[in-house]
Amino acid sequence: MINDNRAISLEPFVRAASSVHGTVTHLSTAAEGHIDIQDLSVSYGKRTVVEGVTLRVPRNSVTALIGPSGCGKSSLLYCINRLNDLVPGCSVEGSINFSWMDNKHLAKNSTQLRRQVGMLFQRPNPFPFSIRKNLEFALRQHGIKAQADINSRIESSLREVGLWDEVHDRLDSSAIALSGGQQQRLCLARALVLNPDVLLMDEPCSALDPISTQKIETLILSLAQRRTIILVTHSLSQARRVADQVAVFWKLEGVGKLIECGKARDVFDRPRHELTQTYLQFA
Amino acid sequence: MRRFHVFGFDVRDFVWTFVMYGLTLTAVAMLLWPLLTVFGNGLQVLSWDFLLASPEDAGRSGGIAPILVSTLGIVLVSLTAALPLAFGVAVMLTEGFNPAGWPATILRCSLDILAGIPSVVFGLFGLSLFCRQLELGYSILAGGLTLACMILPTLARSLAFSLESAGVAHRAGGAALGLSKQSVLWHVMVPVALPGICAGVVLALTRALAETAVLLFTSGYSDRMPESVLDSGRSVSVHIYDLSTNVPGGTLNAYGSALALLLLLALLSFTVHALTRWMQRRMTGNTTRSL
Repeated sequence: MINDNRAISLEPFVRAASSVHGTVTHLSTAAEGHIDIQDLSVSYGKRTVVEGVTLRVPRNSVTALIGPSGCGKSSLLYCINRLNDLVPGCSVEGSINFSWMDNKHLAKNSTQLRRQVGMLFQRPNPFPFSIRKNLEFALRQHGIKAQADINSRIESSLREVGLWDEVHDRLDSSAIALSGGQQQRLCLARALVLNPDVLLMDEPCSALDPISTQKIETLILSLAQRRTIILVTHSLSQARRVADQVAVFWKLEGVGKLIECGKARDVFDRPRHELTQTYLQFA
Repeated sequence: MRRFHVFGFDVRDFVWTFVMYGLTLTAVAMLLWPLLTVFGNGLQVLSWDFLLASPEDAGRSGGIAPILVSTLGIVLVSLTAALPLAFGVAVMLTEGFNPAGWPATILRCSLDILAGIPSVVFGLFGLSLFCRQLELGYSILAGGLTLACMILPTLARSLAFSLESAGVAHRAGGAALGLSKQSVLWHVMVPVALPGICAGVVLALTRALAETAVLLFTSGYSDRMPESVLDSGRSVSVHIYDLSTNVPGGTLNAYGSALALLLLLALLSFTVHALTRWMQRRMTGNTTRSL
């Protein structure tokens, strides 16, 4: 059975699951809003990579997008902050609405959208600047010029990602000299310095060692108390550890589709779709 | 594959190692030989007097001061004209056009074709456009502008290449922070690409300094001290060409000029590198380590 264009909302699952299992997670705050993805399709030129995705992502929780390579998870993710605008020949149909924001304003202004929706990439990509300038740069470009304000934001975002104690005495040395895990946390701090509501993460741990991975996962869990996190991951165990909701994508007849979604525990313990059942055997 | 061993040595390994060393040594020798010849002969005449005096007796005696000044003038004019244009073209190639679309493809192709055109052809073009039509005559300005046309394609391509290899990752990273294309270009891509840009500039400098054919019939070969860019001026490479082919007894001074040219090139490229490092440090805010 294929859930083509059927609207899949996560919220009923969320409510049902928390009442049945009585789990106390930070999901209880999830009711404030959601990101509504309606019938979204992404094509590069004539090739459609993902089609007909309708998904409701609750606010202030972690939603993992899983599925094999090439099924359009990342393409979908890049639509949320409109980074796909950078890809020549990429066209998107459907809509994405943030229930708690002025979507008309955001639709016209990708700068504002990206200020609200931060992103962490697969490979750490700090600018080859000093640690300080990595964080200061975006703030200055967004018109925050008061040095005291900048310094306090730098410190709080570095503290938030647990880097402050490691780097506070060498803020003026190159970010490239940091280890891979530290660089990725710096990139996270760089996104957090703009205080975004939503964080998109595209396989943020795939280039990291297990210890750094664990640090990022801990951060994901703590950040999700105040932020909406959408995480693309190939690690099923990671999805199990950090995700509140899981959306499973699959390539059907050459096009990526959303085949199942729901509360993480439900998807992992009682997958409904045949393909999900097969896929999760690799967990 | 069967292996032959003699006294525990693998014969095949031994032969190949020998061949590799032999080829490397040959390549190094081919580079060192001309260098040593220039140094050996040039040092006999090179002195402050040689650098600071005017040529006498068609260059057989005296020095090369006006020639150095003309050379610097020509190179300066050509870089000043070519660098902004090349940078503009490179930015259009990397940021403006879709790299797979037809405008970018046509632009890249034409740059490649232009880069392959023999310099004499550029010389003729410069002669007809700058010297005749724009009435600049045989002058440093005309020579420099013609050289600018000659180095523009290679410079543009190398700048585009270094901007491209500065990384899609930074472009995406910048865009994801809500930064505009322009600020990512100026504040991220250019600092990252600076070493590549610098290498491109040095390469263009080298080509400009080495050029003879173009300058023979655009900037002329007057060996007097130029008073403005509209005066005719002889570049060092033209001087070397003249001394070694037209002036009997000028060979030693030709070597002296060649050595001066080598040192000038070394000085210029050192300056460009130092400037790059300084700019990069300023632009990236790194106080301890550069890239």
